[in-house]
Amino acid sequence: MLSLIDRRMGIFLAGLFVLTVAVPVGNLALDGQPVPSYIVALLGKYLCYALLAVALDLVWGYCGILSLGHGAFFALGGYAMGMHLMREIGPRGVYANPLLPDFMVFLNWDSLPWYWLGFDMFGFALLMALAVPGLLAFVFGWFAFRSRVTGVYLSIITQAMTYALMLAFFRNEMGFGGYNGLTDFKDVLGFSLQADTTRAGLFVLSALALAAGLLVAKAITSSKLGKVLIAIRDAESRTRFIGYRVEEYKLFVFVVSAMMAGLAGALYVPQVGIINPGEFSPANSIGIVIWVALGGRGTLVGAAMGAIIVGFAQTLFTSWFPELWLFALGGLFVFVTIFLPQGVLGLIESRLGRKPPPAPAPEEASA
Amino acid sequence: MRLLPRLILSIALLLWAPFVLAQSLEELVAALPEGSYDDRAAVIAQIAATGDDRALKVLEVLLAGDLEQLDSNSRIVEIYGQGRDDFARDILTGEDYGEVPSRGSSKVRVNNSLRRDIRTAIGTMTLRHPDPARRLAAAQSAFRSPDPEQAELLAEAAAAEADPEVARALAEALAVVTLAGDGAAEAKIAAISVMRDRGDTEARTVLSSALDNGDPQVAAAAEEAVRHIEQMQRLWGMAQNVWFGLSLGSVLLLAAIGLAITFGVMGVINMAHGELVMLGAYTTFAVQEAIRSSFPALFDWSLLIAAPLAFLVAGGIGVAIERGVVRFLYGRPLETLLATWGISLMLQQLVRSIFGPNNREVGNPSFMSGAFELGQMTVTWNRLWILVFALAVFAVLLFVLKKTPIGLQMRAVTQNRAMAANMGIRTGWVDAMTFGLGAGIAGLAGVALSQIDNVSPNLGQSYIVDSFMVVVFGGAGNIWGTLAGAFSLGIANKFLEPWTGAVLAKILVLVFIILFIQKRPRGLFAVRGRAVDA
Repeated sequence: MLSLIDRRMGIFLAGLFVLTVAVPVGNLALDGQPVPSYIVALLGKYLCYALLAVALDLVWGYCGILSLGHGAFFALGGYAMGMHLMREIGPRGVYANPLLPDFMVFLNWDSLPWYWLGFDMFGFALLMALAVPGLLAFVFGWFAFRSRVTGVYLSIITQAMTYALMLAFFRNEMGFGGYNGLTDFKDVLGFSLQADTTRAGLFVLSALALAAGLLVAKAITSSKLGKVLIAIRDAESRTRFIGYRVEEYKLFVFVVSAMMAGLAGALYVPQVGIINPGEFSPANSIGIVIWVALGGRGTLVGAAMGAIIVGFAQTLFTSWFPELWLFALGGLFVFVTIFLPQGVLGLIESRLGRKPPPAPAPEEASA
Repeated sequence: MRLLPRLILSIALLLWAPFVLAQSLEELVAALPEGSYDDRAAVIAQIAATGDDRALKVLEVLLAGDLEQLDSNSRIVEIYGQGRDDFARDILTGEDYGEVPSRGSSKVRVNNSLRRDIRTAIGTMTLRHPDPARRLAAAQSAFRSPDPEQAELLAEAAAAEADPEVARALAEALAVVTLAGDGAAEAKIAAISVMRDRGDTEARTVLSSALDNGDPQVAAAAEEAVRHIEQMQRLWGMAQNVWFGLSLGSVLLLAAIGLAITFGVMGVINMAHGELVMLGAYTTFAVQEAIRSSFPALFDWSLLIAAPLAFLVAGGIGVAIERGVVRFLYGRPLETLLATWGISLMLQQLVRSIFGPNNREVGNPSFMSGAFELGQMTVTWNRLWILVFALAVFAVLLFVLKKTPIGLQMRAVTQNRAMAANMGIRTGWVDAMTFGLGAGIAGLAGVALSQIDNVSPNLGQSYIVDSFMVVVFGGAGNIWGTLAGAFSLGIANKFLEPWTGAVLAKILVLVFIILFIQKRPRGLFAVRGRAVDA
């Protein structure tokens, strides 16, 4: 376990640990609340994004699969948790129906659809938050990788997947709250979602999940399997010719990554208090890619940093100069792809005179 | 038949009234309340004989029972209600007399036989009206509310009618009347065949009421006609779906064809493609604004003026994108995707900052508004022109790629860059031109889409996924594939819609494409050869 923690990972985890201790203490224990509650929720949100970025880095940075649909896995995890939180509301909804969420009463449904059954149990919901994205990734990947859909074609069909899901979840008939999604949550496992202690608890959980996600990803990538993944990224055909079953490796890492994204979504929803089909929009999924690219593709820690940096920048820009945010984000995309192929982490490390991380080679000419 | 003597009387009155009595409409109307019902019948016939438009109004109001005589000044007025009170206005001059006290007026009385006369007179007047549109309206109203007593009237009018459209409407009205009455079986069968030729839903309703006719021959004819109509309606429904599909396909083709060049020919993923379409639409908006404020007479030409400008604006920005960003990223398609996505965000915000976040109004020139009927389907002009435009753009593009020196150079650079450079082709310049061509065509698409879609900063976003699907489905590198892809996806979408609804149809098409790519990863018409092989 300790062997997984190289210097880069060590510094990041130490920083994360300090944050995990300092933020709840500053929010709950110190007088005058030096860390206001909204900051706790905001930071918790960034940590979920960071976990999502690590999940994408695992497939893109180490296996060359540029998924433009990771937002879908994230949103599915979020919906699984949202469904549990809806059931937790119970008779406290506007229509005070003990069984049906408000939007179903509004649609004149008289019973819970079968796929909502079981979501009253927290454990089941958490399981589904991992299993549903994992299953989707398995089915999707099983078809796509076996047919050797690669490069931009794969990117485009992942985008089509999340777009199709977005359209589907917008439909009221789907039974997921349609356009408005799921919201008005009251509490989780008996703890009120409005309480500072619950928020701090969720924050700590997000930090732990991020650390665990980083370590799992690191364990995968530094194992022998990880070496094969990198070989696939750099020369897929050659790896296949040597005798590795490329599609099985890809499928494995794709499913793990999707489950990680689902977990991030499940942690994200109770902290922001809403999940709606907008989370499936292709633009969101492309946004994740830029986090990874900014932080440094194929570095895991960099991906997490990228998510946090972009999240902060978005919060600052949208409150100070809302007009300029899209210019800044768009400029960031262009700047990073042209001038920072190694990302921020690569820049820092090369300035500090360290050996730059092994660069992801350009993809095989695929189109 | 009681009707015949009355009709003869009316016609006789019609004939001699103008010569003998030659009373003015005013005098006739003033005479209405006087005398017995028989006197009134004579006056009504004379009123009808004046052929005056006001006379028609008098008769209609009289039939509705709203024609009264004011006690105060003996004027004949139309009573109309406002809330609980009655108001009066002069039936001929329209002059308003204000509120009428209760018992301040007396009704011009009519009995049932008089009502029949009035109805006949109204029918005669409208069916013989000099304006064909009025005659058509009268025939259609007779079709909708068939009155067996109007049969002879309709037959005469149909025999005298010169306008073919009105004549057909009259024949159809007569057929409905015949079917509703208790005439001979032969007449009914003839009427059924008229309805069969009409062939729409209304005709089917009329025929289905004839199905339970006592005469087996009539019933059989009606059944056959209903079957025929149902079959025709199915065919027309299919034709309508195909047309909708072609129309959607033409929109997809326009949106995707520029992408077929940048992605298909150059292998560059241009995520800003949708924004170039949007810029074309905003160019159209700007041109129309300029025309509205300075040269309103040119409005019908606005699209013709906007098209080359949109091509230049979008093409120019495309060249700038290629020179400024994309050329540093050749051979790294995924990075290109990210960088151009960044550009798309900036372009969106740029347009939002300049033109505001709301939808902008782009008008339809007169030749693009309205619709026409083709058999039983409605074709709107703007959709038809967009289809023509899309095909024209496609043809021009094909010509440029296959028959011009620049097209030859583009294909050469795509197939073998190093060799093309050795032959003296300036590959960098050709790249810029190719990208600019694709972008310019996106601008042209924007001009067309501004006619049918909301012009907003998000316009491009809604097309980007669809257009990638079209190019990937058709097979990158083959613009014929794009054509086939666009129309087959468009038609598939429209055929699914009646069963599934629009959103689910779109989802199903997306799922189908995802599955299709598994089967044929290089699309419908894959280009084979070493140049494209990975």
